[in-house]
Formats: sequence, C-alpha cells, structure tokens
Amino acid sequence: MNRRDILRRSAAAGLLATPAAGLLTGCATGGGGDKNDAETYQGTKSADNPLGVKEDAPLEVVIFGGGFGEEYAKAHEAMYTEKYPKAKIKHSSTQEISKTLQPRFVDGTPPDVVNNSGAGQIDFNGLVSQNAIAGLDELLAAPSLDVPGKTVRDTLLPGAVEVGSYDGKFLVLNYTYTAYGIWYSSKLFADRGWTYAKTWDEHIALCKQIKAAGIAPWTYAGLHPRYMSWPLIATAIKLGGPSVATAIDNLEPNAWKSDSMRTAADAWHQIVKDKYILDGSSGLDHKQSQTAWCQGKAAFISCGSWLESEQKDVTPAGFNMTIAPTPSLGSGDKLPFEAIRGTAGEPFMVPAKARNLAGGLEYFRTMLSKKGAQDFTRKVASLTVVAGASEGVELPYGLNTVVKALDASGANGFNWVYNNYYRKLERNLVDAACGEFFSGRIGPAEFLDQCQKGADSIAQDSSIKKYKRAA
Amino acid sequence: MRHGKWPLIVTFLVPPVLLYVFFVVSPYLQAFQISTTDWLGYSADANPVGLANFTTLWHDDYVWNALKNNAILLALVPVLTIVLGLFFATMLAMGGRKGRAGVTGVRGGALYRTVYFFPQVLSVVIIALLWKEVYHPNKGLLTSAVHAVGLPSPTWLGDPATAFWCVLAVMVWSNVGFYVVLFGAAMSAVPKEIYEAVLLDGASRFTTLRRVTLPLLWDTVQVAWVYLAIFALDGFILVQLMTNGGPNFSTDVIGVRMYDTAFGSETKFGYASAIGVVMFFLTLSVAVLSLRVGRRERIEYS
Repeated sequence: MNRRDILRRSAAAGLLATPAAGLLTGCATGGGGDKNDAETYQGTKSADNPLGVKEDAPLEVVIFGGGFGEEYAKAHEAMYTEKYPKAKIKHSSTQEISKTLQPRFVDGTPPDVVNNSGAGQIDFNGLVSQNAIAGLDELLAAPSLDVPGKTVRDTLLPGAVEVGSYDGKFLVLNYTYTAYGIWYSSKLFADRGWTYAKTWDEHIALCKQIKAAGIAPWTYAGLHPRYMSWPLIATAIKLGGPSVATAIDNLEPNAWKSDSMRTAADAWHQIVKDKYILDGSSGLDHKQSQTAWCQGKAAFISCGSWLESEQKDVTPAGFNMTIAPTPSLGSGDKLPFEAIRGTAGEPFMVPAKARNLAGGLEYFRTMLSKKGAQDFTRKVASLTVVAGASEGVELPYGLNTVVKALDASGANGFNWVYNNYYRKLERNLVDAACGEFFSGRIGPAEFLDQCQKGADSIAQDSSIKKYKRAA
Repeated sequence: MRHGKWPLIVTFLVPPVLLYVFFVVSPYLQAFQISTTDWLGYSADANPVGLANFTTLWHDDYVWNALKNNAILLALVPVLTIVLGLFFATMLAMGGRKGRAGVTGVRGGALYRTVYFFPQVLSVVIIALLWKEVYHPNKGLLTSAVHAVGLPSPTWLGDPATAFWCVLAVMVWSNVGFYVVLFGAAMSAVPKEIYEAVLLDGASRFTTLRRVTLPLLWDTVQVAWVYLAIFALDGFILVQLMTNGGPNFSTDVIGVRMYDTAFGSETKFGYASAIGVVMFFLTLSVAVLSLRVGRRERIEYS
C-alpha cells in the first residue's frame, strides 16, 4: 500500500466520519422507558412529612453551572440532609443540561431535581408535550417549611405559579424573581446632571444630550439582539395594556402587528435612525456590550436583574447601577410609567420519572422555605419568588433598585411567556428580526413583519404543542 | 503457516468489525429509522410518521438557506485552500531560483513551513475564539488595523453582509497550513531531474506549476479536494462558536441547523435526524462525485 492509497482510504474514512458525528443523536429510542417503575421511593405521609418522603432515599440534584454557581444548591442540599440525615444526595453541576441529561430521560432514569437553565437548556415545550415533568400541585398545597400557618403557595410572589404553568398545570418552579428594564449608572447621571426620562420624547432628548457629551446613549448585545425585544415589547404593553402580551403568547393572528406594537416599534426606531447606539454594538455579545456599558462607553442597556452579579468582576466601584422601567409613550398609556416587567426565572423541575419524586418536591420545599430563600439571596444577590425573603438581607446597590422598582410597579407589573412556550420563537426568530432592526438594516414595519412571520411559522407547525393563557 | 491463517484473521479482524458495526453502522441505521418518526428526544415514545419529516424539510426555508451557504462554502473553500496551499508549497519547494539552474525553496522556507502549520496545531475551538477577538468590532486586531489606515470598518461578524465571508476566511486560514505540508511532501517525491529539465527549457514558475507540478500532484490534490469538500459541508464547529448561524441566519450551515433542531431551540430529534440523513447523502454524493470527476491517468515515475 503506498502513501496515496493511505490518503485515499483515510479520505474515505473521513467521509464516513463527518455524517456519523451528525447522526450521533441516534442512540436508542426503544427499550428504556418503564424500567424504573418498580423502584420509586415513597414514604408515609404525615403532618411532619406532607409529601411522603422516604427518609433514606437517595436524591440526585443537577444544577446549571451558570452565573449563580452551585454553592447555593449545596447549602439547600445541606438543609435537606439536616432534616433527612439518612438521605444521600448526589450533586452535580453542568452547563450542558440538554446534552448531559437527554440520554437519561430516554432511558427513563432522570435525576430527581433538574435546574433546566442556560443556553444548553432543554426546550420546555418538548418536555411538557412528552409529559416528562412532574406536576407540582402537591408541593403548592403542602405547608411551608418555616412560615407557620401558610402553604407553599401562600408564600410565593404573584405570577410565580402562572409562569411555570402549561395549560393551567404548574410544572416548572421558577426560583428567582427577575425584573427586566433599562439600566444606567446613577453615578454617571449624577456627575453629568442628567435625570432618567419618564416619557419617550424626553428619552430621545436625553439621548441627544448624552451623545453631545461624547457618550453613546445605547448599546446592546448585537449577537443576542433579543435583549432589545424586551424594552420594545414592554413599551407596547404599557401603551396597550397586558392584552398585547396575551395576544403574543397565544399566537393570535397579527399579534405582533397590533397598533401598540407598531407605535412602540416606530418609537424605538428613533434611537437607530438618530444613531444613538454605540458603534459596533451589532458585533458584540452580551458580555462585551455590558462591559462597554460598565466602562462608561454607553449610558443605557437593556437587561434583567441578573446584570449586577454577571458584571461583578468588571463594574468599577461606585458605579451604582440602577434599573428603571421603559419610558411611557404618552398620556394615553394604559399602564403608568412605574410598571415594569417582573417574572419568575431560573427554572427547576422534577422529572415525571424521577425515582425519588417525593424527595424532589421536598427539596423544592426546602428551597422555598424562608431560610432557603434568604440564603440564596445572600449568596448570589438575586431575589427569589418567596415573598419577603429579602427582608433583613443586605442587598447590593443594583438589586436594591430592583426591589424598589418592583415595589413601585406593584400590581401594574406585567409579563409575557411566549419565550417559555416557544423557545425557538424568541431565541431564533424574534432574535434575528431584532438584529436586523436595531442595526438599521430594516425599518419598523419589516421588523414586525419578520416577527409575525416567525410567530406564524410556529402557529402552523403541527409538531409544536400550543399553549394558551388567560389574560 | 497455512493452517494458522483463519484463527489469526478471526482474532484480529472480527473484534474491530464488531466494534465498527456496533458503534458506527448501527447508529447510522438507527438514525435512518429515527428520521421517519416524530421522536422528541426526552421519552422513549416515538410515532412513525413515514416521510413527513422529509416533506417538511423540503419546504423549510431555513434549511434551504443553510444549504445555500454550504453550497457557497463547497464552491469556494476547497478552491481557495488548494490554490493557496499549492502556491505556498511551490514557493517553499522551488520558489527560489537565484538566477541559476537548481531547484531550491525561498529563503527561510523551514520557518514558513512551521508558521503555516500553526493553525493545524491549535484546537478548532481556540481558532474560533481567537478569530472572534480578531473580529471584535471595537478593539479587535482587524478593526484596529482598518481604523489605522483611516477607513471605516464594518462590524464583521455583526453584519450579515460580512459575517459569512469572515467565517469563510477563517476556514481557509485554518486549513491552508495542512495542505502546504501535504503538497510539500508530495512535491518532494517528484524527481528533481524533471524540474531541472523544465528549467533548461526556460519555463516560467507559473508554467512549471501548471504544466508539471500540478499533473504530478493530481492524486494528492484530489484527496485534498475530497477532504475540503467534506469540511465545507460540515463547518459546524467554527460557525457554531463564532456566530451560531447569525446574524439573521446569514452564516447558518446545515450542521448548525441540525444541532439547533435537536439540542438548541427545539428538541425535534426525528426532524434533526432527517436533516442528518440528508447531510449524509449530500456528503456521500459530493465525495463520490469529486473522486469520479477528478479521475485521471496515474503517472508513474519509474
């Protein structure tokens, strides 16, 4: 065999190897399934043990190793073993939830608690439509671990159950409470004598002033431009009321092209037209744009309340980041300026085929205890869905502004969930449209057309399960 | 030894064949089967849907867009890489003439050869991250260079007009080094007398390359072509890490589409397998075609 033959043959081998890598998804659909039925752990229910945890049953917890780290989970696990000293907890942390756990779901041997989050998250639509997640109603009805006289449901902030519900069934525990808004540095604004604008016209005037001072008014994550869809949709909801969001979530025809969405898109187009966005933003990822903002190269950025902990390492001392609601379009707005998008985030679930299902629910009950929630807030500087759990915990500057903004927003707070129902719609389709719109390649009408086209493609896809929510 | 032949063959060949069948052939066959189901990947239930996935695929604009990008890669990456690889290899092997008869490379050839090979030593992930920084729209090497000569710079990976070409450039960059070495090795097998004869006849360097070197290297070039064609139909790692198909799907390739369908924004494993099956046949046909089309008479030196 000479050299050329070897090359030829290895080329042939390579030719087979590439598609093989692609076809790797093909590992065993059959089999698996019911092998775990015989061995689920179930204890006897009692007043002290309302979920019927078997006290020596092992519990497996898989945590998403993202911005919150895994230390908080280890603390929750310690609280669990404090109550059930005979239980052995198997803890692991990964960034690739989907890739790591997919075979185990198929095999019918998933872990008992999964923190299904991050870029490698498993699409909830797929999980829910395959009945792969256990219902949490029993947990909601159970008494709180350390708030006497209240059930777990009573201790949760409004909206916490709705956001994890699919067709009215509560399946996903979203543990953190996140506000989405526009962020700025109080220090920068105080130094320059600027005040945050409450109306859109004033906002544009302020942008002009900021630009004149040699700072870009805006920056955004150009590689994940969906971040900019948040303030735009929020502006539309404040103008037209929460029904704007319900229509989008329920995939109603032309929901994206409603009058409110049109007006909001027209308004936001102004910052593109007038070049109020930092040059090169369209090529930055979220970290890079947030860092540019922390370095004072831009005044505003759209983000959720995780921003402060995500930017901890690069934020200069005394930067004082502050969250604010989107400016009102005018006096015709249905919601006041203070209204802000607040929602439960950071999803946890107990797989339906978990062997220690009761233990998984009990673990949730531990997380939702006042002690567990306070410990979380202290460790990762983020609010939880447990009402009042941040009281007595010293919060960093930015998170304090989040608490205040949520308080001011109160019952006017709003939210949308299409991103949970149809991950692809936000992550791929609206994302791409935002990229085109905020880089100025398309105008507001084309932007909404493109979003609508995306929503329609989801609506027409019979392989995707549809969910509806009431107003 | 005659009687000992079969035990030997059985011991040495059966285990690898079994392993191959189990780990390579069976997943293939299973993927074909999965592609005819609506399997969503997180339960053991999958309903057969016949060829419905392929019908959907035929009407899927995003898949066609990805295929279009793969087609452009297929047309450009092999040509550019091979042309550059041949050029560099020729210069290294016989670029220097010093005005006399004699075939030598350019000065510092050994150094160049090492430098060209660098990208091959780096992991693809490193290459992707490295270039992502080079293309950084504010402080990247490339941006600064363009600004330094007083030109406005695009946002490279942030602009659909440039992103695809930026990724393509990285693909060529990361591959050229290997083919310089491959072609260089093949050239060193060509007898020197041929070149000396060509030189005496007064052929220019370009003519030498076109009329002598290329025909003598044809087998190697052909192999390079097959490799690069396979690479162009894949391109998954670089694209996924640098742009993940964006902005606005301008750098999407079929591999990213398949990954996104199974592990990304959806969990449609059945549909993703259908994309995989299509990819399999595309890669197979491209490889077979380029081997057939490129078939020429082999030249023996002795």
